[in-house]
Amino acid sequence: MPAAVSVLIAILTLLLIVAVIVVIGAPLRRSRRARASDDAPAPARAALEAAREAKYREIRDTELDYRTGKLSPQDYERLDSSLRAEALEILDRLAALNGQRAPRSDAPER
Amino acid sequence: MAPLGRACLLLALAVCAYGIGASLYGVRGGRADFRDSGRRAMYALAGILAVAFAVLEVAFLRNDFTFNTVADTSSRTTPALYRAAAVWSSQEGSLLLWALLLSLWSSLALFLVRRRMREVAAYATAVLLGLAGFFVVLMLVYATPFATTHPAPAEGAGLDPLLRFPTMVIHPPMLYSGYTLCTIPLAFGIGALLARRVDADWTRIIRRFAIAAWLLLGAGIVLGARWSYAELGWGGYWGWDAVENASLMPWLTGTALLHSLMIQEKRGMLKVWNMSLVLATGTLAVMGTFLVRSGILNSIHAFGGATLGVPFVVLIGVLIASSIYLVVSRAKMLRSEHRLESLLSRESIFLANNLVLVGLCFVIFWGTYFPLISEALSGRESSVGPPWFDRYTVPLALALVLLSGIGPVIAWRRATLANARRNFTGPTLLALLALGALLVAGVQHKPLALAMFCCAAFVLGCIGQEFVRGTRARRAIAGEPVPVALLALVRRNRRRYGGYIVHIGMAVLFVGVAASSSFQHASELGLSPGQSSRVGGYTVRYVRPTATITPRQDAAHTGSTLSLGAVLDVSKRGRHVATLRPSQGYYDSGESAQGSVGHLIGGQPVSHISMSAGLTRDVWTAIAPDISSPSLQRIVSAGNRTLPPDEGLIAIAYLARSYLRSPPPAQFHLIVSPLVMWIWIGALTVFGGGLIAIWPVPSALRRAESVPSRALPSGELAQA
Repeated sequence: MPAAVSVLIAILTLLLIVAVIVVIGAPLRRSRRARASDDAPAPARAALEAAREAKYREIRDTELDYRTGKLSPQDYERLDSSLRAEALEILDRLAALNGQRAPRSDAPER
Repeated sequence: MAPLGRACLLLALAVCAYGIGASLYGVRGGRADFRDSGRRAMYALAGILAVAFAVLEVAFLRNDFTFNTVADTSSRTTPALYRAAAVWSSQEGSLLLWALLLSLWSSLALFLVRRRMREVAAYATAVLLGLAGFFVVLMLVYATPFATTHPAPAEGAGLDPLLRFPTMVIHPPMLYSGYTLCTIPLAFGIGALLARRVDADWTRIIRRFAIAAWLLLGAGIVLGARWSYAELGWGGYWGWDAVENASLMPWLTGTALLHSLMIQEKRGMLKVWNMSLVLATGTLAVMGTFLVRSGILNSIHAFGGATLGVPFVVLIGVLIASSIYLVVSRAKMLRSEHRLESLLSRESIFLANNLVLVGLCFVIFWGTYFPLISEALSGRESSVGPPWFDRYTVPLALALVLLSGIGPVIAWRRATLANARRNFTGPTLLALLALGALLVAGVQHKPLALAMFCCAAFVLGCIGQEFVRGTRARRAIAGEPVPVALLALVRRNRRRYGGYIVHIGMAVLFVGVAASSSFQHASELGLSPGQSSRVGGYTVRYVRPTATITPRQDAAHTGSTLSLGAVLDVSKRGRHVATLRPSQGYYDSGESAQGSVGHLIGGQPVSHISMSAGLTRDVWTAIAPDISSPSLQRIVSAGNRTLPPDEGLIAIAYLARSYLRSPPPAQFHLIVSPLVMWIWIGALTVFGGGLIAIWPVPSALRRAESVPSRALPSGELAQA
């Protein structure tokens, strides 16, 4: 292999190593700042928020089921009430986690 | 540039090791900085492997035969497109592609969840880096893509002609993408069990990755089937080959997972089942990779002389053992929150659908692996063929199609008989109508096909009714015209209606499979120019022979030295239907021992099929010219004796002319298959539906959904 090619390969390898160190070392260099500004929601809150979204989706799905003839009016009433109660429970737990009263105005209404 | 490639692999291994350590330290020690650093190690790995892949790709494109893998799987006569794709035709190159795709998809997944589920994501990062590290070790120890030989050979062995087809350029990357994406839910599953977080947030994350894996793996499988049908010379799209089966199994468990995840999301049920499906899908994907690389198979899809069996068996053993341990030790956490309320509910239909899908997977697993295990233990070669698979899979497929119609029209939690009657009357009548029409058409002698057509009609009725009723409901609220209401309905309920479209596509696909396998007419016959034969109501006449020489003139653009074929006229009841031009390519073997002429056509001959495809039927044909006839062989022998190595083409040209002047009878494989086109249309519909289901909800809609008061059932449809 010509010497020039060997030098080029060595330079490229070194550049690659430097780039890797810069990429993976960045969070460690701003370690304190990163820890202070850890903006990930707490696991419990994230889980409740996801559960809330899933429950809202279920309420909408149930309505669509009713409107497309898969549920009788009585079944829909019963199911919808139970889903709303479950949604309120999730909202209560979310509010408790945030140290607030349950935002009833924020709860699903008919 | 091989040293740069080797340096990349060493650096990649170091990055994997660092990333695993940083992620685990970050999650155990509560250090966000190390968790982030571990995640970034995956980005760095993707960059390093991209550089390594680029080095290898450039070597292929530049015909750098100092690279052993280039010399073994490419040549100057291999067309440029196939030289670029030849990287993944070798064991070494395909390992690199696997690792690269794994790192790219993992980087994307980890980037998308960088602000969510940090503990789970950190464990998942460690698992994914561990998997990537495994492949890097394979490339460093067992099959390095950057091994070189000096001095380089003057010419390479060339790409296997069977792989010189456009579909093969895209089929392996798609399949590998599917396989590697299957390992992401696996990693997040292990991460969730380790972090003890199997909540709604985890379900939400896992679902999107599972759909992406399902979509790309499905696309890879269908592309493989298309390659088999439209480009290989046997005329089928599915042969129950062990490697085909290996790709189908994780797809089936992935399909089951997508359905049962909905039950977990809505009802908090089936957590153990779902976690088991997540882990099984990922493990089956790794097992599929093991099959082609272990050397235990002799398949067109397998890498010959592969010796990676032991490391893969160890990896699979570790995956299975750790999965079982984690699920058992976290059983309490995975307890269901609710019970099944009624057997007449969507949950129970989904459960039945899961059992059928897993049953299908089990049958295929047994048929694929049992002969291999039996052979390993007894030393006797054994295998099961398509009739064995058909015996068990056809009834299960019928049940699956039927359930795919029932599921969408039945309510969650508890449906009433009155509503069920109302919802099933129309589709059942449609199925009965189809049955009557098919019996009148004389289809009764194929009861399984008949049952499949009726089930498909039932599914189309159920889903069609869902679209009609949904659109009507939307119109009643918003007063929109039908097309606008339909679009808004799908747009606002992507998961539901995307899923329905997938069901339509599957029903259509199964109709194509049932029709083409039950009502196919096939014939093998020898014809001379001017002769004709009848197959499936069509008259096929051998009009004249064709021949081309040199890779440049090869009509199929596959780099063949000689191509011999025929022009066929296809007619029905005296009316011209199509002109077909099948041919067979002959390739340079690169073995000078075959003589100056012999080596030019001494490689494996490959059939280039020709077909007339239509919505109602395909007329498919392949030719096997008789090149061993004495008159043609005399030309080869004389050329070998008299011509120097660089003038062998003169004899090939003479041979082609002689073939055109007095062609020996050629063997033709003729097939008339009904409705094959609908398999591809069905598959496209499935992917279209899958894309709709996975497509992110527009931010405006998401904002509306995040505000509870606007997500009210009473106004939800109207607000879209």
